[in-house]
Order: sequence, then structure tokens, then C-alpha cells
Amino acid sequence: MGQRGLLLKLELQSNPEMLCVVRHALGQLAETLGFTSAECREIVLAVDEALTNIIRHAYRGQEGRPIRATFRRIEVPCDGKQRKALEIVLEDRGMRVDGEKLCGRSLDEVRPGGLGLHFIKESMDTVEFRRKFAKNQLRLTKLLKAPKTKKCTEER
Amino acid sequence: MKISARYLDKMTVFDISGDVDLASSPELRKALLRELREQRMPRVILNLKAVRYMDSSGVASLVEGLKVSRDLGARLVLYGLNGTIREVLQLSKLLKIFEIYDTEEQALAP
Repeated sequence: MGQRGLLLKLELQSNPEMLCVVRHALGQLAETLGFTSAECREIVLAVDEALTNIIRHAYRGQEGRPIRATFRRIEVPCDGKQRKALEIVLEDRGMRVDGEKLCGRSLDEVRPGGLGLHFIKESMDTVEFRRKFAKNQLRLTKLLKAPKTKKCTEER
Repeated sequence: MKISARYLDKMTVFDISGDVDLASSPELRKALLRELREQRMPRVILNLKAVRYMDSSGVASLVEGLKVSRDLGARLVLYGLNGTIREVLQLSKLLKIFEIYDTEEQALAP
């Protein structure tokens, strides 16, 4: 992947203590890009949950393993127009993730666990997973809503 | 996350602050299960006023505490949730499952 639209690239280790660092950096980044406070919280939650899944499942809780997080400003076609969006790609070298397990679970049952993927899907516009060259790659996007235009009334 | 306990008459109040995430939720889970299972406290109250962030592992700790409290005939009570924590519980469709109050006075009431 090239550097086009690159905003931020983080090389971190699979340590739970690093999650708060990523949350703070990402919250600032999303705010700078013009996302609303609610959208910033959604983006932060989705990435936090995705990193948690990498640490818990791909690396089975093993600390010190590499995770790369790349944040880009992109444009995507939407309803016949080009829309600005934030693209987040998380890569790890952990165990292959079973694609079928990425469906999440029903929320009708009250039990601990299995909520992370649901949070990710609810918070982001697209969620894509693939395995390539012994790496898990999760790509998330969030559309930046167009700012509301004010109607001007001329005073004569 | 910081967690401290206050012991009242047949109640434990946990004052929690900071972020409840993968790094800190095991501590919350351990504290909850200790009060419910080992101390057999009839009511465990979580003061969440100073909690800034909670992820799914934090929610899972609360759900586990709730299930244990129900099994033992005890109560797990939450109060002081800010908008962020409410959003996460709403997203989990768990907001109505928990006993939630706005103030400590309400949470302590018989």
C-alpha cells in the first residue's frame, strides 16, 4: 500500500496497556477530521474492540507481538457521489481467524463475551476481514458526513 | 482504572474511576466475584460516575457479576453512568437488564 491519504501509522505491541494510548490518539485524530463527538466515540470503540480481539484471539493473550494500525483519509463512492471517509487497517501476524466466527452472536441471550464484534459492526460503515501472506488484516471505514449547509437569506 | 471499596450495612460500594478495558476489567471482575461469592454480600453497588470508558470486556465483567448475583439471590446495582457508559450498555441491549440509578442515595435505598 502506498502513502496516499496517510494520516497516521502505529506500530504497537500486543499489550493491553497500550489500548488507552491508541484510544487517545485516535479520538484526537477523528475529532481533527471533523467527526462528531458521537462518531469519535464509535470509531474509538470499534478500534479498541478490534485490537482487543487481536490480543485475545489472534495472539491468545501473548504480549509483545506486532500489530500495525494504519489510518488514511480516503474517498469512497456513495449514492453516486464521492464521499470522504476514514479508513483504518489493522494487521497482525497471529493465528488465522475463522471467518464464520466473525458473525458475532445474538444479543437476546444475556451472557458475558462475544460483544466486541457486534460493537465494531454497529460503529463502522464497513468491516472487511482477510488473511494474506500469513497476516490477518481488518479494514474498517467510517464515512464523514457532509457538513450541514446554512441557507443564507439576503436582506434587502 | 482505580477501584476502591466502602463497606456499609450489608452492602459494598465500589468507587470506580478511569477506563475499564481489557487491561483493567479482570480486576473489576475479581472484585465483584469476591464480594458476591466469597463475602456473600447481599448488595454490591458500583459507583460509575468517574468511569470515562468501558469496552466489551468491562461489560462482560458486569454481566458475569449480574449472573452470579442472581444465582446467589443478591443484587448488583449500578449508578452514576455517564452518556458514554449508557451508550455501550445500550449497544449491548443490556441497559434494561441491570438495576440502574442516577444517585448513590437511590442505589442505597432499601
